[in-house]
Amino acid sequence: MIRMEETMTPNQPATSVPHPIGDSVTRVDAKEKVIGAALFSDDLQFGPGLLYARIKRSPHPHALIKRIDTSKAQALPGVKAVVTGESFPGMTGLYLQDRHIFCRDRVRYVGDPVAGVAAVSEAIAEQAVELIEVEYEPLQGVFDPEFGATSEAPVLHPDLGKYKVQNFIFPKPGTNISNHFRIRKGDVDAAWSQCAAIVEHSYRIPHIQHVPIEPHVAVAKVDENGKVTLWGTSQSPFAQRNLIAIALGISQSDVEVIAPYVGGGFGCKAGVSMEALAVAVASKTKGKPVKLRLTREEEFYTAFVRQGMVAHFKMGCDAQGRLLAMQNRFYWDGGAYTEYGVNITRASGYSSSGPYDVPNVKTDSFCVYTNHPVGGPMRGFGMPEMHTGLEQCIDELALAIEMDPVQFRRINCVQGGDTLVTGMTMHPTGLSECLDKAAKAIDWGRKVAPSAPNKRRGKGIAAMWKAPAMSPNASSSAKVALNEDGTVTVSVGGQDIGQGSFTIAAQMAAAALGVPIDWVRVATPLDTNYSPYEWQTVASRLTWSMGNAVAAAARDARQQILELVAKAWNEKIEDLDIVDGNVISYKSEETISLKNIAIYGLPLPNDQGWIGGPVLGRGNFMPTYVTGLNAETGQGPRAVVHYTTGVQAVEVEVDLDTGKVQVLRGVGAFDVGKAINPEMVKAQMEGGFVQGMSTALFESLQLKEGVLQNPSFVDYRIATTSDVPMDIQSIIVEVPQDDGPWGARGVGEHSMVPTVAAIANAIYDAIGIRVGAPPYSAEKVYLAMVDAGLVKEMEG
Amino acid sequence: MALHHITLTVNGEFEQVDVPSQMTLLQMLRDKLALTGTKNGCNAGECGACTVMVDGEAVNSCMVLAVECQGANVVTVEGLAKDGVLDPVQQAIINHGGVQCGFCTPGMLISARALLNRNPEPSEDDIRAALVGNLCRCTGYVRIIEAVQEAAKRQKALN
Repeated sequence: MIRMEETMTPNQPATSVPHPIGDSVTRVDAKEKVIGAALFSDDLQFGPGLLYARIKRSPHPHALIKRIDTSKAQALPGVKAVVTGESFPGMTGLYLQDRHIFCRDRVRYVGDPVAGVAAVSEAIAEQAVELIEVEYEPLQGVFDPEFGATSEAPVLHPDLGKYKVQNFIFPKPGTNISNHFRIRKGDVDAAWSQCAAIVEHSYRIPHIQHVPIEPHVAVAKVDENGKVTLWGTSQSPFAQRNLIAIALGISQSDVEVIAPYVGGGFGCKAGVSMEALAVAVASKTKGKPVKLRLTREEEFYTAFVRQGMVAHFKMGCDAQGRLLAMQNRFYWDGGAYTEYGVNITRASGYSSSGPYDVPNVKTDSFCVYTNHPVGGPMRGFGMPEMHTGLEQCIDELALAIEMDPVQFRRINCVQGGDTLVTGMTMHPTGLSECLDKAAKAIDWGRKVAPSAPNKRRGKGIAAMWKAPAMSPNASSSAKVALNEDGTVTVSVGGQDIGQGSFTIAAQMAAAALGVPIDWVRVATPLDTNYSPYEWQTVASRLTWSMGNAVAAAARDARQQILELVAKAWNEKIEDLDIVDGNVISYKSEETISLKNIAIYGLPLPNDQGWIGGPVLGRGNFMPTYVTGLNAETGQGPRAVVHYTTGVQAVEVEVDLDTGKVQVLRGVGAFDVGKAINPEMVKAQMEGGFVQGMSTALFESLQLKEGVLQNPSFVDYRIATTSDVPMDIQSIIVEVPQDDGPWGARGVGEHSMVPTVAAIANAIYDAIGIRVGAPPYSAEKVYLAMVDAGLVKEMEG
Repeated sequence: MALHHITLTVNGEFEQVDVPSQMTLLQMLRDKLALTGTKNGCNAGECGACTVMVDGEAVNSCMVLAVECQGANVVTVEGLAKDGVLDPVQQAIINHGGVQCGFCTPGMLISARALLNRNPEPSEDDIRAALVGNLCRCTGYVRIIEAVQEAAKRQKALN
C-alpha cells in the first residue's frame, strides 16, 4: 500500500508543475455526452425478463399501520411479487441506523414506503399498488423543528435509544432530538457587556429539492444463491453496497453496485434511499431484474430533500468592529429519518462562527425528527442554510457600528493560525484575498443609477467557508493500468456527477505518470467488483482525496516502470524519467516508448530472458489526523481536514411595481488551493452561483401539515435561461492545501453557500428592507415593501 | 391493446414501428428504436430533456403520441453529427464547457439546432427564449448561451 507520505509528494513541485496540471483540458466525457452515447441508468437494457416496480406510499404524515392486505394485488395478472416490511427487519442509515427499508409498524411522512410491487409492466405495477389495502391509525404529527424539540411534542422514534449510531453523533432517547452538537468556546455571557453593538435575528430556511434533471433509477437483481446486483443513479456505489449488505444481513462481497453516468446529484444520490426498495422487491422475483424509476412527483418528496432550518443568531462586536461573541441556536428539520441529517447538524455546529475569528462562541445545533420528507445531504451540507442568516447578521452588525461591510469582514475574516470554534488551528487560507478581489470586481462602493425610475439598485457581498463533512477516516483508492500501446486506464470509485472528477483523475494520472493527457482513459461505469474503493462522491472531497489516490497510483506505476528500465539498461533510477510517454535516460540519452514495455516487459541484455510484465499501479488515501470533539464543548485538536473559503458579490435591481428581484451580475472568488482545470473550476463557480440564485429567488417546498403542495416543475420553479445574468465573473485564488494533490482542495459545493446572503444583502442595499426568510420571490418582496411603507399597495 | 403500424424518418433513416395508442414519441424512440440519447426527465413536458425535432420543430417528445408521427421527419441528438463531424452546436458546447452531467444536453442541443435552423443569427434574447424550456441544474446556462452564439457565428462562416 502506498503510504500517506508518498501521496504528499505532488505537493513538492521541485522544479515546475507538470503538464497538464493547471491546463483547462476538455472534459473526457464531453464528446460522448453531446452525441447522446453516454449511458445513464435509465438507458441500460435488460431484455424481456425485466420487471417494473412501483411503491405503495403512506398518505399520512404520521400514523400506526394497523393492517396491510396485499391479497388483491397478488391476484392481479402480471404481478410477480408484492413485498412489505414484514420480510425486512434490518435497519439502515449512514450515521444513525433509524430506517427500515419498508415501514413495519408506523409511517412517519407522506410518501413513506409501505409496500412494493413488481409486475411485467409499470402500468400493472401501479394498478397493483392501488389494490393494496392499508389501514392506518393517524397520530399527531410534528411539523416544526423547534416544537419537535420540546417535551410537548409526540415522540416519533420511541426506539431511538436502541439505534446503532456513529460515536460522534449524540441522540437524546425519549425526545425527537437525534443529535445535539454543542460549541462552548470562551465565555459568551461575559463578552456581551464589552460589545458596542449586538445584533439578534432569526431566520427560517425552507426545505428545498436538489432536482437533478435525471430522476432516481434503480435496477436490482437478486440471484437465487443470494448475490445482489444493483444498477443505479449513484454518487455512492460503495456506501450503497455497505448499507444494503448491512440491511439485508449479507456480506458486502455478495453485493455488486454498478453506477453509470449520473445526471446530476447534488447530494440526493448519496447514501441509500430508493435503491434499497428495488433490492427488497427483487429479492422476491426469483432472479429477474426489477426496475424502479421515481416519477418527477416522487422525486420532489420521496427522495432526500434539503432539510429546513430555524436559526437564531446573536452576535456582537466592539466599537472598532472586532467580533467578540456569537451565540447560535439551530433547529434542523431533519424529517422522518435523520440517518444522514444528523451530520449536517454537526457540520453546521463546528463551522458555526462562519469564516470569522471569534473569541467567544456558544452554539447549540439540534437535529429534530419531524413528519416531513427525509432530509439528506445537499450541495453545501448545511452551509448555505447557515450562511444565509449569519452573513446577513454580519452586514447588520457592520451597519450598527457604521462600518463598511467589506471592511468589517476584512477585520474579522479567518486567517491561517487563528484558533477556530473547535479549538483547531486554521491552515493558511486566501479568504482576505477573495474578499478584496470580489469587492473590486463588483466595483464595491460605486453606486450605479437604476435602469428605470421604478427600480432600485443595490450591491451585496457575503463570505463563506466549508469543510468536507464526512467520517473522519473516509478514504479513497485508485488503480492505474497500462495498455499494450502505452495508453493508460485509470480506475476510480468516485463518480462523475457532472463536476468533472473523471477529467481531474485523468489529468492527475497523466501528470504523475508522465504521459500525454489524451493517452488516459477513465474506466466506466463504476462497479464495486472492479472499481477501487471510494467512500462517497460528496463533500467536495474527490479532487483532494481521490486525487491523492490517483496520484499515488500513477506514481506507483511510474516507479515500477523506472525500476524495470533501470534494470534492463543497467542504469540508476535517478537518471531516468518518463516524459510524454517515453522513458528517457538523462545519462545515456537512451529513450524507449512505454508501448514497448507496458505489457510485455523488456528483454535482458545478451539474451538472458525477460523482465517486467503488465504494469498496474495502486494508490490510496485516508486522512489520519482528524480527532474527536468533546461532547459538551465541541473542542478538540482537529475537527476537520480543511476549509475551502470564498466570497460572492452581486448587483441586483428591485422593481418597485412588482417586487421582482433581477440579479444583474455576480462575482465569485474562492480559494481552491490549486486549480487543476481552471475552466472546470469556473464552471463550478458559475453553476453553483446560479443554483444559489435559484434558491434565493424561487425555491421552497411548500409543506402543509406534512403534505407537499408543489411537487412539479410548474409549481416548484428553478432558474431558467430567462433568469441568469450573462456577467458572472469567477476568480480563482490559490493558497495551497498542504496535503492536497498539487495543493488542490475542493470547490464543488462552495459556490452556492454565500449566494442567498449576498442577494439578501444587495436587496437591503437597494430598498433598505430585510425581507427575512428566502425565497425572495416578487410577491414576498413586494409585500415587504408595502409593509415598510416603501410602496403603496396597488388598488384594484 | 391495439397496435398502430407507423412509418417515419428518424435521423435520416426510414423506420417502421408498431406502437400502442398511448405510447409517446419519447417511449417509442427509447424503447422501440433504442435511441436512448433522448432523456426522460419529468414525463410531463416541463423539463425539456426529451426535446427532439419533429419536421424541424423542437418539441417535448413526452407530450407527443407516437401515432401522431406517421410520416414525420424526426431528428434526435444521435442525428446531429454527420459522418463523424459534430454539428456546430455540439462542438461549441464542448468548447465553452457547457456540458456537466450531460443529462439536459441532448434536449438543449436539439432546441439550439432548431433555433439556428429557423433563425441563423439569433440575438441573446432569442437564444434565451429558445432554451427557456430546457432546464439545467448544473451549468447555470451562461456557457450554453455563449455556445449557441458561437455556433451561429461558426455556421455563418461555413455557409
